[in-house]
Amino acid sequence: MPGEVSLPPRLVALDGGEDVPRRIAASYSLQDRLYVHGVRITGLLVLVIAGSIGVFLGASSVPTLRHYGLGFFTEFRWLPSQDIIGIAAVVVGTIQVALIALFFAVPLAILTALFITDWAPPVLRGWLVRLVDMMAAVPSIVFGLWVLFFIQPHATLVAHWISKYFGWFPLFHVRTDVDYPIWNQAPGYPSYAGSAFIAAIAVTMMIFPMATSVMREVFGEAPAGEKEAALALGATRWAMVRTVVLPFGRSGIVGGTMLALGRALGETISVVLVISQAFEIKPYVLESGTATISSLIVSSFKEASPAQLSALLTAGFVLFLMTLVVNSIAAVIVSRGRSGGVTEL
Amino acid sequence: VSQTVLDRPRAVPAEPAAARPEPERLRRTSGRTNEDWYALGAAFAGSLATTWVFYTKVLPFHGAIGFVVAWYLVFVVLYAGLTGLTQPWPVVADRVVSAAVVAAPTLIGAALASVVVLTIVKGLPALSHLNFFTQDMSGVHADDPFTKGGILHALVGTLIEVAIAVSIALPLGVAAAVYMSEVGGRLAQLVRTVVEAMTALPSIVAGLFIYSVCLVYLHMPASGLAAGLALSVMALPIMARASYVVLGVVPGGLREASYALGAGRWQTVWRVVLPTARPGLATALILGIARAVGETSPVLLTSGASTFLNVNPAKDPMNSLPLFVYASVTTGNPQMEQRAYAAAAVLLFSVLALFVLARLAAGGRRRSR
Repeated sequence: MPGEVSLPPRLVALDGGEDVPRRIAASYSLQDRLYVHGVRITGLLVLVIAGSIGVFLGASSVPTLRHYGLGFFTEFRWLPSQDIIGIAAVVVGTIQVALIALFFAVPLAILTALFITDWAPPVLRGWLVRLVDMMAAVPSIVFGLWVLFFIQPHATLVAHWISKYFGWFPLFHVRTDVDYPIWNQAPGYPSYAGSAFIAAIAVTMMIFPMATSVMREVFGEAPAGEKEAALALGATRWAMVRTVVLPFGRSGIVGGTMLALGRALGETISVVLVISQAFEIKPYVLESGTATISSLIVSSFKEASPAQLSALLTAGFVLFLMTLVVNSIAAVIVSRGRSGGVTEL
Repeated sequence: VSQTVLDRPRAVPAEPAAARPEPERLRRTSGRTNEDWYALGAAFAGSLATTWVFYTKVLPFHGAIGFVVAWYLVFVVLYAGLTGLTQPWPVVADRVVSAAVVAAPTLIGAALASVVVLTIVKGLPALSHLNFFTQDMSGVHADDPFTKGGILHALVGTLIEVAIAVSIALPLGVAAAVYMSEVGGRLAQLVRTVVEAMTALPSIVAGLFIYSVCLVYLHMPASGLAAGLALSVMALPIMARASYVVLGVVPGGLREASYALGAGRWQTVWRVVLPTARPGLATALILGIARAVGETSPVLLTSGASTFLNVNPAKDPMNSLPLFVYASVTTGNPQMEQRAYAAAAVLLFSVLALFVLARLAAGGRRRSR
């Protein structure tokens, strides 16, 4: 631990005769005292800045909660003009988009991480790791553009197909006549563009690199001795991965998933670009129209009166608390997993 | 690439006993037998043909995505079947999983490649005019040809806003990291916990925080300064945590050696710890910048999108690259959409350039060790 480095000892007292433990006391030079105090003040400043955001968000949600009470969490409409405001729909929408994105991203991330650690030839490995890291740096708006203009036309076809043949399952239902071709939807009925499903594709691209790099790191730490032992006993590559790498990397899978979930919940601009905003609680993820907390903030901050701004800040606070809880759980899981039993050979 | 239990040694021709002792040929432990290749090729060709016949001729389906998905599924089934003819069940399972493990990165790679290609191709008409980099959009109509107007104001705005964000977040972040890592104590633990917690702050909430504090309560105008503050609020915890991680990797022995030579705490930090950690700190800084350059939502709430070049961050709206992209796309004008793609391409490549820079900085560390 860097913080526990012993300080320069200084000889203080030396009694003759018996062996008495020497008292170690440090007295610092003026320079050192200035440094320690300066750094401590900066640390406190950072603490104050970071803490004040949380405190500010919490404090500004008090008037909202006092005004709307618990109804703020159960009301799904957002009609500031009629003083009907609630975040039930946006919270549900946020979780829906994030969960669909996880549904796509987690299997892809697990398989890609396994490919990097156990399937790819060693020459390729470094390049793949770099590529995934680089993908993490791609701005969210670029993925938003890509989904909006390139993926959406294809994705609506897929959504139409799924709802046509699997519409009896509530999740895939779309409240329109599915027998109409997609370019000729009855006006006034929901269509397939701008759905939670399509927004989730953009979010998938955003969270995939993060999940992959966490999983890859943990998979890469799987004990080589046990892997070789499995192979030496005649296991195929998949049998080796199933019995050694995956059990060892379980914490990485769960932790990476949670970290990705935390990122997915707060993802803003690609979702805002793609979705058509609708405040409604519904299980129909293929149907046009959804809303997330961040899309709500982007769409209504400009016209917000002070009371509505407080409501938006409350929504932001709820979002922050959600990501905070998810991230903390992820951190605990990832750090606990490191102490897994490793057989040293 | 798959590996089977039956990677048998190639039959080594029996040598005449009296021949001179040749060095023993090493058996290739991985790699495929000819049979493996035949199974793979046959499954590939067979699945393509089967899918083509059934998907396009017999069944009432159409569409490229469906074709690829059906082809892949048929391929996996055929490959498993062909393997199952001669190999035991575990090998079949290995082949099927391998097919999935190879398909996932391929899918993602194709998606990523299409992102890059699409952005460049759609942006090329605007990018190919030099004035795209030397003019701003003031007085330019949305429908004007690409020979008029450009993103100079957004480029300059991004530079200024990121510079403000970095000049706030970097010193505070590194100093806080030094405090957490080198000074320690119970208070430092508290700082660390709070910093860790604030890395969970979604960027949109950071933007909303600055928007309500600076623009609404303090009546600051929408400006580059506010945007820089919002970016710094977002980047501060990230940089502090990244620097803390980097400082934690500096070997304790170096510090102890420094103390043993009689250096004080400040001298140890300034002359030993920080120089040792410099490449790592540079990487953390550059990655933080790359993140801040690409963030749209905090800027969207705080800076206001100008169409003119504004180099004064204290007053008047200021545009930036991501904001320009967002604002141009939401106009719905096809000409502006192409400008958005061009700006997105510039954004993408500046972020990738920063990333390569970060790799070089990190590489310098590895070589110097």
